[in-house]
Formats: sequence, structure tokens, C-alpha cells
Amino acid sequence: MSISIQHISKSYEDVTALKDISFEVKEGELFGLIGPDGAGKTTLFRILTTLLFADEGTATVAGYDVVDNYKDIRNHVGYMPGRFSLYQDLTVEENLTFFATIFGTTIEENYDLIKDIYVQIEPFKNRRAGKLSGGMKQKLALSCALIHKPNVLFLDEPTTGVDPVSRKEFWEMLKRLQKKGITMLVSTPYMDEAALCDRIALIQDGAILEIDTPQEIIKHYPKKIYDIKANNMYELILYLNEYQYNHSVYPFGEFIHYTDKRDDFNPDELVQFLKDKGLENITIQPTATTIEDTFMELAR
Amino acid sequence: MKKTNIIQAKNLTKKFGDFTAVNAITFEVKQGEIFGFLGANGAGKTTAMKMLIGISTPTSGEAEVAGLDVYKNPEGIKKSIGYMSQKFALYDDLTVKENITFFGGIYGLSRQQIKEKSTLLINELGLQKVAGELVGSLPLGWKQKLAFSVALLHDPKIIFLDEPTGGVDPITRRQFWEMIYKTAYEGTTVFVTTHYMDEAEYCNRVSIMVDGKIEALDTPKKLKEQFNVASMNDVFLKLARG
Amino acid sequence: MGRVGDRMKRFKGFIRKEFYHIFRDKRSLFILFGMPIAQIMLFGFAITNEINNVDIAIFDKAKDATTQEIIAKIVASSYFSNNETIKNESEIAAVFKKGKVKAVLIFEKDFSKNLIRDNKATLQIITDATDPNTANTISNYTNSILQKYQQEVNKDIQIAYQIIPQTKMIYNPELKSVFMFVPGVMTIILMLVSAMMTSISITREKELGTMEILLVSPIKPFQVIIGKVFPYIFLSVINAIVIVLLSIFIFKMPVEGSLFLLAFESILFIINALSLGILISTISKTQQTAMMISLMGLMLPVILLSGFIFPITSMPLPLQIISNIIPAKWFIIILKGIMLKGVGITLLWKETLVLIGMTVFFIGLSIKKYKIRLE
Repeated sequence: MSISIQHISKSYEDVTALKDISFEVKEGELFGLIGPDGAGKTTLFRILTTLLFADEGTATVAGYDVVDNYKDIRNHVGYMPGRFSLYQDLTVEENLTFFATIFGTTIEENYDLIKDIYVQIEPFKNRRAGKLSGGMKQKLALSCALIHKPNVLFLDEPTTGVDPVSRKEFWEMLKRLQKKGITMLVSTPYMDEAALCDRIALIQDGAILEIDTPQEIIKHYPKKIYDIKANNMYELILYLNEYQYNHSVYPFGEFIHYTDKRDDFNPDELVQFLKDKGLENITIQPTATTIEDTFMELAR
Repeated sequence: MKKTNIIQAKNLTKKFGDFTAVNAITFEVKQGEIFGFLGANGAGKTTAMKMLIGISTPTSGEAEVAGLDVYKNPEGIKKSIGYMSQKFALYDDLTVKENITFFGGIYGLSRQQIKEKSTLLINELGLQKVAGELVGSLPLGWKQKLAFSVALLHDPKIIFLDEPTGGVDPITRRQFWEMIYKTAYEGTTVFVTTHYMDEAEYCNRVSIMVDGKIEALDTPKKLKEQFNVASMNDVFLKLARG
Repeated sequence: MGRVGDRMKRFKGFIRKEFYHIFRDKRSLFILFGMPIAQIMLFGFAITNEINNVDIAIFDKAKDATTQEIIAKIVASSYFSNNETIKNESEIAAVFKKGKVKAVLIFEKDFSKNLIRDNKATLQIITDATDPNTANTISNYTNSILQKYQQEVNKDIQIAYQIIPQTKMIYNPELKSVFMFVPGVMTIILMLVSAMMTSISITREKELGTMEILLVSPIKPFQVIIGKVFPYIFLSVINAIVIVLLSIFIFKMPVEGSLFLLAFESILFIINALSLGILISTISKTQQTAMMISLMGLMLPVILLSGFIFPITSMPLPLQIISNIIPAKWFIIILKGIMLKGVGITLLWKETLVLIGMTVFFIGLSIKKYKIRLE
């Protein structure tokens, strides 16, 4: 096991950040920690990177205990915090050189590992880090976190606030790194990124809702979901909430995701109900379950 | 009911020195519409919005918001719009009631109006128990819903939402969108800037800005058909990659 | 490469980075190099206890040879210029009200006669005490001119019992205020540069989140601290040298004592201030807090309680006691001792020990308070 977490709990004053968290990440796995802001993702990352003590429970990273062997962990892991945490007044190259130096290595020594990523920002190597675009900052931060060839890489919300193109590129980079044998724990608030991980843990309010592969998690969803659309979204939501057999009603893009309490649900009945209420252009059709649906079902 | 244009922009441009942040954008927003204003960070969304809410004077071009000219009457515009941003919305060190009273006062509501509105608003959001507590102690989702309601206190014609739902949990986010639908249903136009492409799917129409220009403008459905992809995210990827 | 070599490389890399920060931030560059020069010039030229061509009015009721001679001497000095001559008592208030005249000298009637007959004559000095410092200085200067005159006159006459008062200013015989200010200014600047700049530069790493990355790396916390502090030791020493050179060459300030001792004591004080800076950074989360604590907690006491501007002996007892825990007080005593009195370590060992003690205490406390984790 590359990361092993056993019954970790943590509170700040009167707020419980983590409640009895346990899970394991296998060697070479790309593991996603999926949940909204305030779910406890960053707290868990800080405990695993030896920056915080847990109130209860134990954890090991790359075989080292996070409390007793914190110095070993600091030599063997890479960490990319949530905020952009590089020196804005240093150039791209100076930042990378600096982090290489404090890890006792050089850019040349580990160039093959970061090459894929670094070549994309190398043309700007004399630009100050503060003047880079969001996507480039992220690539630089990843290069810096990788410069000492860590066994385990912690990425705390690496794609938050980044445009879709950079997000996509970033995940492609992570996939390539995985092929080089690096274990990765990635946190993200974006449910659609869950599908890109080998396994995920859904987390909310400091508790794990479920852990499995994204495919399995979707399979566990107990209901059939329908996409419903009508000429007036607001009234549609009102009437669906009024409908006595509804199990859940959630806006979902241009549709409403609807589930029914009954096993023998007949969509035509619902359409009739909505028509009687005066709605027009009603469409209803079964749709595929997403991680987000599962998350909401579990979090209810 | 014939829908009139509540925002009209024609060749609206903003330059900072040599840099053109907003490059001759032309679009209109209809009354009661939920309009998504999309783009990556740095594409010029915020600059464009600042011109529309009367806090930045355009370099050239024309724009009317709620029937008022952005050059001649920015103060009038400020009175007819509501604004909520993710970065700053409410004072964390004031209580729920104090925040409502303060913002009501800023928009010139009478004491009586503030009293009525705050009772109404607190009941609607189910905040009776925490009305006397500091906003800072509330969960993020509650804060955002409260901020949204506060921005609507003075019954603006348009509400501008700047990245409103970043980071909140999926359920709260849906509750937030239900509030947006309700607002639009009641006739207030909703103008949402966001760089979350899945957020775009909720809007009636969206525009996508790339490097200061509006590169696409239509309903999410039509855009997806036009680019022959399954999601707005893919529309954006296709646009950005040219 | 050996472990020591590795460590040296890390350390060098760290220091190089610190210098990039310093030289790329115009504000910190200004505080580092602009402030010392500006302050020393300000205190040297603008804020001064000396008087120069102060306007005085003279009301000579005697109008005899002696008074004429004394007036001539007073006006001839560079301190005063005779602006008005007054003819009667009622005019005195009027000239003060006009505001230009700072003092009125009144010679009594029959001044010479009284002086010859009784060996005693009265010269009344009325000064405008709305500016007490100037008023005080004016009367001191007038007195000393009078005494000089008396000595000259009495030189030839043998009067056995006449006592000639003789005050002599030692150490700063010309009463040059800049000499008094230099030690204080140097103390302030070293405190500011060392304590404030280090505390800000450490808290900046916390604010930016880079401290998180540094903590999750093999570099040891004390290496981070030393790396942060070292550039400021270097820059503070340069500052100290600049200040001393400015005072010697522009203000002709003497350095009577050993330059070596001066250097040693300065470095000791710099380290003391740096350890205070580290201590501040351990208790503040943001640059703003660090700056506030540095200004309120360090600068104000240095200015008010160190004896730099207000003499400690004239403070109320509680403040006198408090002044003892302010490192700047001891450093100013040491500086004045070395620069003005030319005394050596034999007379300054006590103050030096106090400074060393404080430094060790602050360093110990910061090590204890320094966190290798985030909370």
C-alpha cells in the first residue's frame, strides 16, 4: 500500500473537519478525493503530508508513519497545495532551480521525469511566475513538485479555477505520470473529473460517502434517472416537487433529473400530470447516471 | 409578452494601453433571460462586466443597460442592478440581520421596507434560527444563498452574478439554481459569468469569450449541435483549440 | 558529493533566492537603502537643537559703553541677529506677538554703573517658551556669551573673590545635536531593517503558501530560518557602515573608540533584532500583522523609551524600569560610549552582557515557538 489511512479524525476548535476516515491507495494508483469546499480534503492532505497532526487515527505514506517518520515522508513525497504556491517574483527557471536545490538535486538529473510538462513552459523560462497564465502556473507547480522524483504525489485541487483546456491537458499529464509508477492522490470539487481516476472516494462534511471505482459507484445508484424538460423550467421544478411520487428532483443543465419512488413508474403518467398543470413541450427520457447524481443521493 | 432587450452592447471595447481586454463585443440580453457569460480566466469577462455595471468606462462602442447609457448614466445603472460576486458578497463579521440592514440602507430602502424585506427573506431561506449570528459562522452554501437574496433586496431589473457557485456542494448548487430560475421567472434578468462550463448548461443562452472576443453565442443546445459535441465543456475545448 | 556539500548547496540556493526577492521588490529596496540615508540626513540637518540666526529684540535702558559692547558681541555671534530695538516696556509684548522675535534682552538702567559699583548688573532674558527647546538653548547661549565677556573684562583686574562660573560641555562640546542623534538613528534603522524585514519576509512565505512546500521538503526548519536571516545580517552590516561613514564624513562626527568594538557590538545588536524578527514571524500569520507588531512593538519603544529622544533619567519610574528590557537602550549607551566617549569594553561589558543575554533568550524562544507543522 502506498497510502494507508486508519480512522483519522480531526477537529478545529468547534468544527469537525474529518470524522473517522479510513482508506488505502495502492501503489501506482491514481486516486481521487471528490467533494465540495469544506469537505475536509485539504485537512486530510495536510495530515498526510505531515503538516498537521490528526486528533485520532494513524496513517502511513510510502511505508512511513506520518508522525514518527515525518522526515522520511518529506523526502519522498511531492506536494502541490491548493493555492498557487510558488514565488511570483522569481522566474520559471529560478523557481524550478530553487526547488531542485532544496531537494538536493538538479534540473538535469531528473529532467526526463518533468520533460513532458516542462517543455510546454520552457519558452517562458525567463518570465516571472506571477505573470504566467493559470494553466502555465499549474504546469510549473507540477514540475516543481516532481523535481525530486517523489514516490507519492499529493495534488490538492490542482484544476480549480483553471479553464477547460488546461484542465484536460493537466489530467493527460497525470495519466502519463502514472505510467512512470508514481502514486497520486488528487482532490477535486469537479464531479466530472472523477471518471478520470482509477478509484475515488466521495467526501462531504468530513466523512467518506463511498469508495470504489467510478464505474462501480455509478452502478450502485438505486434508481432510474429521467431527463425532463418543459417550456418553463421554474414551474416544472415546482410541479415535480409537488408530485407525490417523486424521490428526487434536481436541475441538471438544460434538464431536470427526476427519480420516482415507485418501481413500476410510468413516465406517461407524469407527463399527463404536468400537462394538466399547464406545461407544454414536455419531454421525458431515461438518462445515464453520473457521479454527481450518486453524490447527491448519498449526501441526502 | 414581447421580450425587450435589457442589455444591448455594440462594438463595446476596452483597452489598457496596448492591450485590448475587450475587443468590440456585440450582444444583447433579453428581459427575464438567464444569460451565461463564459470564458477562461483572463478572456475579458470581468472587464466586460465592469463596463456593464457602470464601474468602468468603455474605450469605445456603445452599451445600454436597463435602458440607460453606460457613458451618460453609470450611477443610474448601479441603482437598477444587483451584483453578487464569489469573492466578496457579505461581511463575515456582521450578523445576518445586520448585513441585510446595511445593504438595504446602501440601496436607499426605508427602515420599514428593510424590516419587511428582511423578515420575508429570512423566512424564505429558513434562516430564522441564525438571523442573529455572524455570517462568517454559516456554511458556504447558506452564505451564497443569502448573498444572492441580499443582492435582490432592492428589486433590481438585472442581477449580475460573478462566478456564483464555485466550490459548493452539488445539492446546494442546485438549490442555488432553483433560486436563479425563480428570479428569472419573476421577471428579473440574470447575467452569470462563470468559467465552469457545466454551469453554462443551465442558462437560456450563453456567450463564450476567447481573448477578448465573443466567439460563440446561442442556446447551449444549439451550440452543442453546431459543434456536434455532447457538452458545453467540449464546445469550449473545440473553440479554444480553434 | 558529501552531505556537508549538499547542505551548503541547499543553503546557497536558498540565499540566492532571498536576494532575488529583495532586489526585485522596490519597496523593500527603498526601506533597505533609501531610509537609512533619508533618516540620517533628516536628523542631521532638519531636526536639530542648534540655533542659528535667531531674531532677538534688545531693550537697552542703559545705553552705555558696556551694554553696547555686550550687544555687539551677541549680534556678532552666528546664533543671533538683532532684529528690533525696543524703546519702552509696552513694546515687549507687541514684538513677541508679531512672532518673529524669539527673545528679548533687557539691560537694566545704569548697567555699567552697577557693574562697577556692586560687581553686579542684571540682564533680563525673556524668551518665547512656546518652543521650549529653542527658548532653553537661547538662554544658555546668551549666558555663555556673557560669561565670555566677563572673563575678558575681568582678565586684567584682580578681584580676589570674584567667582567666575565656568561650565564646560564635554563629549559634545559644540552641542551638536547630530552627534546625539546618530546613535539613535542607527539603532532605529538596524531594528527596522533587521526585525521588520525578516518578520515580513518569513510571514510572506506563510501567506503565499510557499512555507507549506518548504515544510514538506527535506530542508530543515532552522535552515529556512538561517537562510532567511543571513541576507539581512549582510544588508544590515552594510547599512551600519553607510551610517557611520555618513556621520563621519558629512557631519564630522568623531569615532573616538575602537572601530572593531563598534563592529562587534553592531553585529550583536543586529542578531538581537533578527531574533526578535523571527519571534514576531512565529506569532503572526500575515505580513500585515508582522508589520503592525514590528512597528508598535519595536519601533515605538525604540523611539520613545530607549533614551534616543527623551532622556531616561527624566522619565517616571515605571517607564525607567520598562526601558531596561528594551535592547535599543543598551545599544544606544554602547554606541554613545564608543563613538563619543571613546570608552572600551572594560566600561561597556555590562551593557554588552545584557544584549548577549537578551539575544540568547530571543533565539531560544523563537526556536521553541517555531513550528515544523502548520498549527
